[in-house]
Amino acid sequence: MGRHFLWLLLIPFVGLLWVPFYNFHDPVLFGFPFFYWYQLAWVPATAFLTWLAYRTYPNED
Amino acid sequence: MKTELDIPAVAVFLFFFALVTVMGFVASKWRRPKTLASLDEWGLVGRQFGTWITWFLVGGDFYTAYTVIAVPALVYSVGAYGFFALPYTILVYPIVFMVMPRLWQVAKDNGHVTAADVVHGRYGSRMLEAAVAITGVVATMPYIALQLIGMATAVKALGFEGELPLIAAFVVLALYTYSSGLRAPALIAFVKDIMIYIAVIAAISVIPGKLGGYANVFNAADEAFKAKGSGSILLQPSQYVAYATLALGSALAAFMYPHTLTGIFASKSATTIRKNAVLLPAYTLMLGLLALLGYMGHAAKLKLASNNDVVPALFQTLFPSWFAGFAFAAIAIGALVPAAVMSIGAANLFTRNFWKAYVNPQVDTAGEAAVAKIASLVVKVGALLVIIYLPTQFALDLQLLGGLWILQTLPALIFGLFTRWFTAPALLAGWVVGLFGGTYLAWTDGLKPLHLLSIGSFQATVYVGLIALVVNIAVAMLVNLVVPKPVATAEAVST
Repeated sequence: MGRHFLWLLLIPFVGLLWVPFYNFHDPVLFGFPFFYWYQLAWVPATAFLTWLAYRTYPNED
Repeated sequence: MKTELDIPAVAVFLFFFALVTVMGFVASKWRRPKTLASLDEWGLVGRQFGTWITWFLVGGDFYTAYTVIAVPALVYSVGAYGFFALPYTILVYPIVFMVMPRLWQVAKDNGHVTAADVVHGRYGSRMLEAAVAITGVVATMPYIALQLIGMATAVKALGFEGELPLIAAFVVLALYTYSSGLRAPALIAFVKDIMIYIAVIAAISVIPGKLGGYANVFNAADEAFKAKGSGSILLQPSQYVAYATLALGSALAAFMYPHTLTGIFASKSATTIRKNAVLLPAYTLMLGLLALLGYMGHAAKLKLASNNDVVPALFQTLFPSWFAGFAFAAIAIGALVPAAVMSIGAANLFTRNFWKAYVNPQVDTAGEAAVAKIASLVVKVGALLVIIYLPTQFALDLQLLGGLWILQTLPALIFGLFTRWFTAPALLAGWVVGLFGGTYLAWTDGLKPLHLLSIGSFQATVYVGLIALVVNIAVAMLVNLVVPKPVATAEAVST
């Protein structure tokens, strides 16, 4: 069934809850300090990981 | 901020408000069933919402007017710490993905309408059902009141004084929710979400240009915090644990609320929910960028009477008044959708887990709908009275405790979907200790969401709701180990 894809969903928790990992000003991107663009980047990244997990389920619609 | 009436802004505002009012009443004819006189139709629209309707409804319901006002206000006042709303609203979706399809399936298979229905079906315990139901209603009431605060901020920015416009808006809301049920907010959510997207995209693309770019916005905020001597655009090391636990605790609590669960239960399939876990983060991106309006407030050098005015003041200062009116309408309508769904969620709980459980077990589906409609009115009037007669701080404090309380229903509602190990008495004991212990901690800390934990030489400031949840689960496990298991109840083995 490929349910091991569910483990992918734990990655954002590690990436976002370990704050010392991203509480920096540099590097700046488009004027955004790292702290801000790093967390914003997790939005599409998490959606992508969730999509990978989504694909392993049958479509019931 | 300006206080005189701003005619173009008011005209645009009234136009959109009138539009959604008409939609609210017409909604009763949308996807028309044979009869609206059943709780499944009035409260869940027959569980037939596909991906897009669910996306608009849950988005409109979860990212509330109060969020739009309060998140930038918090970022304006304290800086990076206020940004925890971003990891919170990112992490909520993996949780939704893993848990909610199962919950939906159980509810669908057994005709459950509320979280407390699910708990009763699983454990056969009236006590545990009542605990979950009461927690849901009590946690939702102040949440509705907060939506009124969000709406009041927008109405005040238009130049209206007094409580009459607020009362008028709420009476209209109460009436169309009464007649159309969940169809009204679901239909209005389309308008609300599109308006909010337009307002936010305009704000984040136009405002920084007027303020010298994003780099300048961050610099201005940094300087303002240094001048003020508090707040910062980066976190202090002492805030790390607080930031992470607030994000995690809020993410775990978010879909325990009756209004978010109503959106889940109204979906037509588990696939709809999974697909939405992939698509709903679009709102999170918007929220993250919206939060930066707090910093733009510093760059624009706004003089504010209240932090909550930062978003309205930015629109008033930097946009033509017709567009400010549009943005305020978006915020006010943004309050209507969640307020409607919250009152429906609370009414469903009252009907199924109090009225049907204790007053009239023989009530038929039409009777259920009739009771729920009245209950939805009572809930909204209650919230309105709270806002008019009690200090605003009261609603804010209750909302804070509400998050802590609703989080304590998680073990009872969720654990049973994955394991048969826990028993009702154990979960009830965990709920009692978590809820009252957590409330006591928050109370003794002066109603602050954070508590300083010291374990040996280790010290950390932790979100109280999460502490209470950990204790809740620990107590449930302990009781489960000590007290012998009764024989499983009927429905518990059926799924």
